[in-house]
This record gives sequence, C-alpha cells and structure tokens, in this order.
Amino acid sequence: MTKTSPRRMRAYLILGALVALGLAAFIALTALQDNIVFFRSPSEVAATPPASDRRFRIGGMVQEGSVVRDGLNVEFIVTDFNAAIAVRYSGMLPDLFREGQGVVAEGRLQPNGVFLADNVLAKHDENYMPPEVAEALQKAGKMEVGP
Amino acid sequence: MSAELGHFALILTLLAATVQAWAGFAGARGGREAWMLVAPRAAIMQLGLLFVAGAALIRGFVTSDFSLDVVVANSHIDKPLLYKIAGSWGNHEGSMLMWAFILALYGALFAVFSKRLPIVFRTRVLATQALTSIAFLSFILFTSNPFARSFPAPFEGLGLNPILQDPALAAHPPLLYAGYVGYSLCFSFAIAAMLDRQLSADWSVWVRRWALLAWMFLTAGIALGSFWAYYELGWGGFWFWDPVENASLMPWLAGTAFLHSIKVTARQGHFMRWTVLLAILTFALSLIGTFLVRSGVLTSVHAFANDPARGVYILAIIAVTVGGALALYSRAHFANEAQKSFQLLSRESALLLNNIFLATATATVFIGTLYPLAIDALGLGKISVGPPYYSAVFLPLSAPFFMILPFGPILSWGRGSWDQIRRALAAPLVAAVLAVIVFLSLRAEISLSVLAALFGAMWLILSSVATLLAALDLRRPGLSGRIGLLSPSVWAGNIAHAGIGLMLLGIIGATAWRAEIVVAVAPGDRIELGAYQFVFDAVTQVRGPNYIAERGQITMRDLDGRTKILTPEKRIYNAERSQTTEAAIDVKLSRHIYAVLGEEIDDGRRVIRIWEYPLVAFIWLGALVMVLAGGIGLAGRRR
Repeated sequence: MTKTSPRRMRAYLILGALVALGLAAFIALTALQDNIVFFRSPSEVAATPPASDRRFRIGGMVQEGSVVRDGLNVEFIVTDFNAAIAVRYSGMLPDLFREGQGVVAEGRLQPNGVFLADNVLAKHDENYMPPEVAEALQKAGKMEVGP
Repeated sequence: MSAELGHFALILTLLAATVQAWAGFAGARGGREAWMLVAPRAAIMQLGLLFVAGAALIRGFVTSDFSLDVVVANSHIDKPLLYKIAGSWGNHEGSMLMWAFILALYGALFAVFSKRLPIVFRTRVLATQALTSIAFLSFILFTSNPFARSFPAPFEGLGLNPILQDPALAAHPPLLYAGYVGYSLCFSFAIAAMLDRQLSADWSVWVRRWALLAWMFLTAGIALGSFWAYYELGWGGFWFWDPVENASLMPWLAGTAFLHSIKVTARQGHFMRWTVLLAILTFALSLIGTFLVRSGVLTSVHAFANDPARGVYILAIIAVTVGGALALYSRAHFANEAQKSFQLLSRESALLLNNIFLATATATVFIGTLYPLAIDALGLGKISVGPPYYSAVFLPLSAPFFMILPFGPILSWGRGSWDQIRRALAAPLVAAVLAVIVFLSLRAEISLSVLAALFGAMWLILSSVATLLAALDLRRPGLSGRIGLLSPSVWAGNIAHAGIGLMLLGIIGATAWRAEIVVAVAPGDRIELGAYQFVFDAVTQVRGPNYIAERGQITMRDLDGRTKILTPEKRIYNAERSQTTEAAIDVKLSRHIYAVLGEEIDDGRRVIRIWEYPLVAFIWLGALVMVLAGGIGLAGRRR
C-alpha cells in the first residue's frame, strides 16, 4: 500500500464522513416523510376526511353504550361531543378501555367513513387522560381548560 | 421530624456544593492548595448529607407518613415493603433526589480515587461536578421538594401505579440514573481538560474507567427497562421506539461512540476535539433524556407531573450547561493534534467509522424523537413517529456497521494490513456462512434481510471468539498464564461485540420468527400455535396482597406430549383503582411462550392472546454479556 500523506488522508476521511452523513440524512428524511402519523380529532376527521391510504390516529371519548362486541371484532364510537366516528377493531383491547373514557386509535379511514383501527391505546391509569384527547375535547369546547 | 431533617440536609448539600465549586475554581485558578483541598472533602460531605436526605424520605415511605405530599400521592399502607421503599424513587420528587444522590456518589468516588491525578485538574473536575450538583439541588428545593408537607394529613395514600410495583422496576431507575449521571463525570473531565492551558490527551486516559462504568450502568438500566416492558405490560415486544425509551437510547449510542473515541485519543492522541465534543454531547443527551421523561412533554408511565415550571427549569439547566460548555469548547486551545499519522487501513480508521455510524444513529433517533415535539410546539399539529421510521432508518444503517465491526479489534494501530484481516477473519467468515446455511436448512423460508441479519449476528459472535482465541494462541503451552496477561480491554471489547451479536440473534428471533394468535375461546376450547397445542381450562378468582385477580388456566402441550400449565392474570388494584395484565411466560432458552388473558365477551367467552418468541431471551442475555464485558474491562484497569 502506498503511503498516504496526512493531509490527503484527512481529506479522504472528511469526504467519507460527509457522504455517509448525507446518505444517512437522506434515508432519515425519506423515512420520516413516509412514516409520520398525524393525530386528528373526530371533528377534524368529519370536516376534512383523510385519504383512505393514510394512516393516522384519532382520539376522544368512547361513547356510552356504543361498544358492540362480536367475538374478536369490536365496534365503538369515538366522540369529541361535536362529531363522532365509528371505529372497528379486531383483537384484544387494552386493560383500561371503557365506555365514557378516553381512547386513542391508530389505523385508516375507510371510504364508507368507518375507521379501521389496528391499534387501540388506552391510558395508563384512571386519573390520566391522553393529552391529545384532552386537547381535542377542549377544541370542541366540551371540557374546561385546566387540570 | 425526620422529614425536616431530610429537608435541612438538602439545603446543607446545596451549601456544600456551592463551597466546593467556589473553593475549587478559585483555588485552581490561584494555585492555592489549601482551597483546592476543600473540594474533595465537600464532595464527600455532599454524599453524606444526601444519604441522610434519602434515608429520611425512605423512612417516610416505609412508615407511611401521610403528612408528606409525595407519600400520599405515591404510597399506600397495604403496599408490600419493597414497593414502599422503591416507591420513594418511583415518583418525580424522589427520583430527582436519587439523581442528586447518584451525582454526589460519583463526586465522592472520584474524590477518593483521584489522589494520583494532578491536583489542579482533579479540583476542576470536582468543581464542575459541584456546578451540576447546584443546578439539580436548587431544582429539587425550588420546584420539586420531596419533603413538602400536606395539611391536614390524610388517613390513606393514593398508592403507586400498579404496573410499577415490580422488582425489575424497583432497580430500573437507580441503574439508569447511574448511567446518565455517570456521564456528568465525563463531562466534568472534558471541562477540566479544556480549562487547562496545555490541553493534553492525559485526561482521556483518566476518564476511561468512568466512561466504562457509566456505560455499564446505562446498558443494564436500558436492558432491564426493556425486559420489564416485555413481561409486565402484556403487549409482547421488547422495544417500542417510544420516546421515553429513545431518551435513554440516545445517550447510550453517544456514550458508546465516546467509549470508542477515547480509546483513540488515549492511545494515539487523535480525535481530541471530537472526544471532548462527545463527552459534552453525551451528557447533554443524558440531560435531555431526563427532561423528556420528567417534564411531562411526553406522556407515559414516567411522566409523573405536568408542572410547566419544572420543564422550563430543566430546559434552563440544559441551555446553560451545554451552552457554557460549547462556548468553552469554541475558545479552548487544543494543542497540535498528534503528529503520528495513520493509514486508511488501520484501527484508527475503523474506530472513526464506528463513531460515524454511532453518531448518525444518535442523530436519527434524535430527529424521530424531537421532531413531533417541535411540530407540536410550533402549533403545526400533533404527530407521532413510530417503529416504521426506525426500521426504515436502522436497517440500512446497522447492516454495514455490523459487517465492518469485526475489523476494528484485529487491525493494528497506525497501519493495518490485508494480511492481518485474512489471517484473523477468514475462518470466522467461513464459519458464519456455514452457520447461516445450517439455519437455512432448519427453517423453510427466510427472507433475504433476515438472512443478512443472521449472518451479521454469527459474524459478530464468531469473529469476536476467533479474535480472542488468536490472542490467547492456544497452541503454545502456558495458556493459563496468558489468560491473565491478555489486556483487559481486549477481553472486554471482544466479549462486548459478541454480546451485540447475541442480542441481534434475539432480535431476529423475536421479530422475524415470532408467531402470534388472538382468539375468543370458551372453557375447553383448543388453540393451536406452531408446534404447540393449548387448551383453555377456566378462569378463577384469586386474592393477592393488595389486589384481586382473575386467573386464567391454559394447558400447553408441545409436540413431544409434555404439558405445562400457564396462568395469565388480570389484576385489579383497589387502592389505585387500576388494572394490570400479568402475562404467563414459559421460559426456555430457545423460546418463550407468552400468554395473555383478555377481556370477557358478552357470550361468556374470553379473549386469549398467545405468542411464541424464538430466541427472545438472547436480547437480554446479550445485554448482560455486554455489562459483564464492561466489568472485566473495569476490573482489569485498576492495575
């Protein structure tokens, strides 16, 4: 191997580092663009329904009396008391999923207006309200601001 | 009364830290030895005082002193003793006190074990430590006092979130903090080094063992947290790319880069600026991790409080610490970097690549974690960035990283050769390819990316073993003598790299080969999953110390006809009015069977979810191997 001068060596290294960083930045930004999941309140979804190929999250309260179970399939209505969206899900619900409590669901809106969720998140304990839900309710004017 | 004693001890600690910083910096500047000798004593005094404060808080929890706000909010008379004690750091105020305690512990340990260092340098490290101490102590005293009284005192506490009542979680925060806070000492080293007019590479030799210690604790803390999330949350899965997890991963990635770059600086004098910068960044990321987790900007089990004043205060600490350090960095006089040059094919280059990869990985996690917060803060909407982003980024990043990783330990400093590579790595390369072929014949279908990952895991494990064996030179007599003579860093490095390979193997098993089934079943129904048959027997009611539970009974039968009874539970904690899922896990090294009891459906059937996780245990075994490797490196370094 021929001897490389320190200066040229440094140039190689800097060049290599820049190429690697540029590549990494490109990969990261592309990945970010494809994988961002937006949060929408039921009112927002009702006003401007997202495309059916777009994953997003909705959050609000599980409407009282709306939960219908059929085997593994479950349907319920998520509401911010201004608008309501029907959600369909199949599988095991989280421990603290309850009617009249906050919930966040992730999935896609189908053309028929039903939200097909593949992930349902409920809060960690009784006193906790997902902040997205709290804000959605506030925006809808259904909850006082404050703790 | 002991609470007042604890509060008083906290105030005294703040004074001791102030004296330590003042006497330290002023003494070091004026060369006054009597002043400089104050610093180590003050550091030990801080530890003693915070011990008193911590003991007072634990006493409050153990005796259920409901005149203390934190005890009311986080404890309950019926709670088992272990969780009363662990509850004292399972809340915001107490955990901050633990942060300060560990900070003081590092300060005192350094004071004791640094007598051979130049006194000015030693004093400046201690004085910088004291500045961090002042920041956190005043944060505790002014915004998060654990000794605040409530009046009138209630009869009963609210209890501790039941998912936190777990032995692994009692140990998780202390370990994680011992990692985070350990980097404060590395930071102090970097500051003290920059304050030196003739910045030499010596500091990087002295800081190595502390960097290793912090790294070990951080590794153990993250692994334990991941293990807890796996078995306690009942969602399966070992890593969710949750922002709270990422908060600890960022300093780990940066800290691992730091661990490798100090090798070069200590040994060859290269990368001095970069190593100093990494010390600053790693501690900054530790602080950002603390901020993310404690300020309430992220919602999780960790977000105890939503008091904006606290978030603003921690942000201010970060701004001052990092801003100040970077200002110093921009003005520091770095002596001419080492005159020794190195070839493109050398260990220096390999370690440089390591740092480029790790720094890039840190940056991608940083972007994914902070971007949603920035968007939210700017009022542009609420978004989340989940696992798909990290998979898309980490796969292309880690593949070349793992491929070139084995080259580092075998190349010579300054100038490596292809001959070296051929001699050291040809055998493990062939062995890794053979191992992959064996896997290929065992499993019917394997995708190309899984094959590549498998090869990566085997390559890491086998090349590390081969490098160690070559260093031991088995053919020559007198092997037992050479085992002790081999440099501890050679042992540590290769064992840690094998640990990464083991972990990768576990990740492949738990993601690519995982099998899962969700069913609604009535008693007597059969469930099939892979080679296993399950019969759902019944659900019974059981009573625990502070909860009542529904306990499902599932009989598992494998291909050989062996049976085993799994008992997943759903627990209801009365005091906390909360519910948890206790998965039943049948543990074997080759696989875990993971069963969860779900809710009851109207017609009396139950939802049951069962996973088969091949090799999943290797994830945490790999982490354990890495921690042990750190221990070997540390124990050897004492001599």
